[in-house]
Amino acid sequence: MLAGKIARHALALLATLLVGGLLAATLVRFAPGFDVDEQQLDPHLSAESMQALRAARLQDRNIFRFYLHYMNRAVHGDLGTSVSLGEPVRTLLRERAPLTLRLVGIGLALAWAAAMALALTAAWLRTSAYDALTTMVSGTFLCIPAAVLALLSVLWNVPGTLAIALIVFPHVYRYARNMLAKAYSQPHVLAARARGIGELRILFWHVVPVAGSQLLAVAGVSVSMAVGAAIPVEALCGLAGIGQLAWQAALARDLPLLVNITVLVTLVTLLANSGADVIGHMVRDQKA
Amino acid sequence: MRLLRESLRAFAIKGRSAVVVVMICLGFLLGHVLAQGGELRFCLRTEPKTFDPLKVEDDASNAIRYLTGGVLVRLNRQTQDLEPELAQSWKVSKDGRQITFKLRSGLSFSDGSPFSAEDVAYTMQQLMDPALHSPTGDAFRSGTGNVETKVLSPTLISVTFPAAVAGLDRLFDQVAIMSAHSPKKEMAVLGPFVVADYKPGATVLLQRNPNYWKTDAQGHKLPFLDSIRLDIQPNRDVEMLRFKRGELDLINALDSEYFDKLATSSPQLVHDVGPSLDSEQIWFNQVARAPIPGYKKTWFHSATFRRAISAAINRDDLSRVVFHGHAQPAAGPVSPANKFWFDSKLKAEPHNPDAAIKALQGEGFRLENGTLKDPNGNAVVFSIITNAGNKYRERMATMIQEDVRKIGIQVNVVTLDFPSLIERMAQTFDYEVVLLGLTNVGLDPNEQMNVWLSSAENHQWNPQQKSPETAWEAEIDRLMRTQAASADPKRRKDAFDRVQEIVAEQAPFVYLVNRNALSAISAAVHGASPVILSPQTFWNAERLTIGQK
Amino acid sequence: MSLWRKLACAVLVLVVCASLAASWLAPSGYAKQYRDATDAPPSRTHWLGTDEIGRDRFARVLYGTRISLLLAPAAALISTFLAALIGGLAGYLGGVWAKLAMAVTDLFLSLPWLFLLIAVRALMPLNVSPVFSVLATFLLLGLLGWTSAARVLCASAGSLRDSDFVKQARAAGIRGGRLFWVHVMPNLKPVLYAQFWISIPVFILSEANLGILGLGVAEPMPSWGSLLKELEGLISGGEEPWKFIPLFLLVVVVTSFQILFSKQEEVAA
Repeated sequence: MLAGKIARHALALLATLLVGGLLAATLVRFAPGFDVDEQQLDPHLSAESMQALRAARLQDRNIFRFYLHYMNRAVHGDLGTSVSLGEPVRTLLRERAPLTLRLVGIGLALAWAAAMALALTAAWLRTSAYDALTTMVSGTFLCIPAAVLALLSVLWNVPGTLAIALIVFPHVYRYARNMLAKAYSQPHVLAARARGIGELRILFWHVVPVAGSQLLAVAGVSVSMAVGAAIPVEALCGLAGIGQLAWQAALARDLPLLVNITVLVTLVTLLANSGADVIGHMVRDQKA
Repeated sequence: MRLLRESLRAFAIKGRSAVVVVMICLGFLLGHVLAQGGELRFCLRTEPKTFDPLKVEDDASNAIRYLTGGVLVRLNRQTQDLEPELAQSWKVSKDGRQITFKLRSGLSFSDGSPFSAEDVAYTMQQLMDPALHSPTGDAFRSGTGNVETKVLSPTLISVTFPAAVAGLDRLFDQVAIMSAHSPKKEMAVLGPFVVADYKPGATVLLQRNPNYWKTDAQGHKLPFLDSIRLDIQPNRDVEMLRFKRGELDLINALDSEYFDKLATSSPQLVHDVGPSLDSEQIWFNQVARAPIPGYKKTWFHSATFRRAISAAINRDDLSRVVFHGHAQPAAGPVSPANKFWFDSKLKAEPHNPDAAIKALQGEGFRLENGTLKDPNGNAVVFSIITNAGNKYRERMATMIQEDVRKIGIQVNVVTLDFPSLIERMAQTFDYEVVLLGLTNVGLDPNEQMNVWLSSAENHQWNPQQKSPETAWEAEIDRLMRTQAASADPKRRKDAFDRVQEIVAEQAPFVYLVNRNALSAISAAVHGASPVILSPQTFWNAERLTIGQK
Repeated sequence: MSLWRKLACAVLVLVVCASLAASWLAPSGYAKQYRDATDAPPSRTHWLGTDEIGRDRFARVLYGTRISLLLAPAAALISTFLAALIGGLAGYLGGVWAKLAMAVTDLFLSLPWLFLLIAVRALMPLNVSPVFSVLATFLLLGLLGWTSAARVLCASAGSLRDSDFVKQARAAGIRGGRLFWVHVMPNLKPVLYAQFWISIPVFILSEANLGILGLGVAEPMPSWGSLLKELEGLISGGEEPWKFIPLFLLVVVVTSFQILFSKQEEVAA
């Protein structure tokens, strides 16, 4: 029963990954600039060299053939070669993934710590002055461009993780604040208060669990936000992670690299959100 | 007694003098020791695509090739003269097809393998392989047929080309000699530095080549530096920040607004050596099959229209406002910094909107309620596309938009990512006007053959013509072929001067400005002397030192 | 009305009135280039100084306010509506519909939409009117910006599906659309409000970033996003605090909106 459920889930995951890869390949292939190379503007190149350049880009024109070859190679562990960097994609991802994982992981942890600290205190105090202050703080970081936050982290010599945390934190805070406020308005909280249960206990035992499954959904989504934030932060802070690689690949229309990065990002997103869903279901079933 | 006192005094004087001499010598030695060693740090703006010197096509790889590659002859970036390097001497045949090099003897690659004429032959064979498709190799391709190399002795080699190659000897400045036998292949080098470490996306570390052959005038082995660290950093704000913090020693091509900011606090660190070879220009789409309205093609095909737009543009303002005075109005395809090839008779088009209107009215255009209309009543509206992210081009486009608005023309500025821009320019021809620039321009106009020949791909305004569509393009074709086939510098200059004059008359490119060569060098760097030619600041890297003097 | 909300209201009224009176407060307009006074500090003639090609920054802030204040909330409304429809409905229906909707949502979150935007730009004529360009940009942002909230709404709606009041409503014979719109959807308002308020500054900033693809507000028209991009150059160079005014204004306006409508969020909660 359980094995069947896991197998079905895994199959759905795989199907989503494959569709994601194909859609990404299609988007890249049909975007303008796919067939061109910056080298074409080099006046030193002869007509034959220009022709060879164009022929090299035409190889991946047929998207279905490209994707079939890609899947066939991927099954054997070969993820293709980057067109712009000339390196095997597997090597590139393996070298850069740890940095991005660390950046995103620590950034997320800091963002959630800050967001929950503010949201919980806002929910507990429930004063308009504190609410206005936290709204202003989170609003400020929401309004600062990600590039500026990344540059500030270089200026102040602080890790890029802080920039990611500051990018993600206002999103998480806003959702968490509203969810906790909603949970506070539930009738059982009034009943708990009437029974003389302390505010702190009400907050952690009766409010947070109610908002729990929604907060878990926010957690899943915040992973995608953090991964997206990693792109400008890595590019600007000169961190050789997947985000920087993704940006370089996008500018160069590097199909093999982009397809693999999309599949990787889709996998991370699916795992994060599915994980949040599963835990959310477990929590709801437990309450039921 | 008096004799003793005098003797003692003399001894004391001599003693003091001796001490002074010894101290001076020690100081010299110490200073010399202190000045040697150290690590030079600067940034590459993009990831190097290759360490193979024959396949270099991007700036980052080119910088690494310059620092690690040993060449037969070197163009001195300061004097712009060709100097012997691995070759003691060379001779180009009268017909421009053959070059013979007399090589230095007793030299070794960085891994210890000996250098000889065989390595030069091997390098040329690899370079001229038709399957290579590299800009370096293609620069030598003058005609169909094979390139022949003849090893006459371990230190004598001749290379023969199927047809004359204009400026043949200068082209070898770009050819880094590779070892025919070393197992390290392209990583065995003859230059002052060797690639020691490469962290993709982060850094390239070059270390001193222990077998580098060159010494300074005093006989000290070069290079003085222990290493060069090249950080990969595309963002100029971050580069500037790091330079100000002392994490970088130089910025090779400094933006003009950063120049001024740095000049305010530390004027001794910034250098403006005058106009570079780079230029910014716009051109109009003259491709017959372009998917733009026919009436616009009529405008763009008119030299009068093009020159009128040129007259409406205020180049002085572009230089002053966009480049903060660190640029000069451009007269034509050659910068005045290119002393030999620049046609001094040409002047930048002066800003004259009244003359522009008059010229357009002569072609049947008229101003109606502040809007310029063509003879058929179409309002003159067109778009200028340029690459997004280049703030100077974006600002120039906005200023041009304002300039031509004063003569009743509406311009829409569209910034596109570079691949989309190239696709429109070079494949679909779905554009009206482009604003771009030429960078890393070489001295010899022969390098621009593929821009000026009407049949070439880089004949931007109307590429790959089966036969020249206009008389003036046919004339340019003839002149460019004349200068390419000639070994006589005067004949070549006359031909290319005429090309420049035709370009000024017909304005297929409307040249805007020549940017100045700006750089920033930390006070810790000694021996730097920024120049116009690339690489501006580290062209003499083997003689640079770091530290207190 | 609390003091904070009165203050927020006053700020918003001031900002809206100032932007509407832009042609009177800044008669020179946003495009005129004072080329002899480029990158100038604040003065009597130019209250917030001039930009790098001599355009009055105060005028550009006022005119930019109109575009950003009008279009960013409109795009936020579109994305919130789509999130409610897709996420809310999927969570309410549950089962295979929820799984399918969330798989699509996760794909949407992961795909490189940059290339779709590049393709959209390629399809648009080069001489498209600035108004059309900016409308198309914000519409695209609205159409692509629903994914994060959809996920959260699906989880929220899912948890409401089995709640007591929904069971009661079902028992009372209320089904289908009425059950969803009248009983479930109002309880999703806290998330919808959060999504709406977050989206406004996000879209304002995204519009500026889309300039790199040829979308967004075209020169010489200003927007808050394009004004905020100036901040990047300040980091390495500048002691020019007046360039932070657009950021300050955006923070004040967004915060004021949130404070003003926080009562609605509490009521919804």
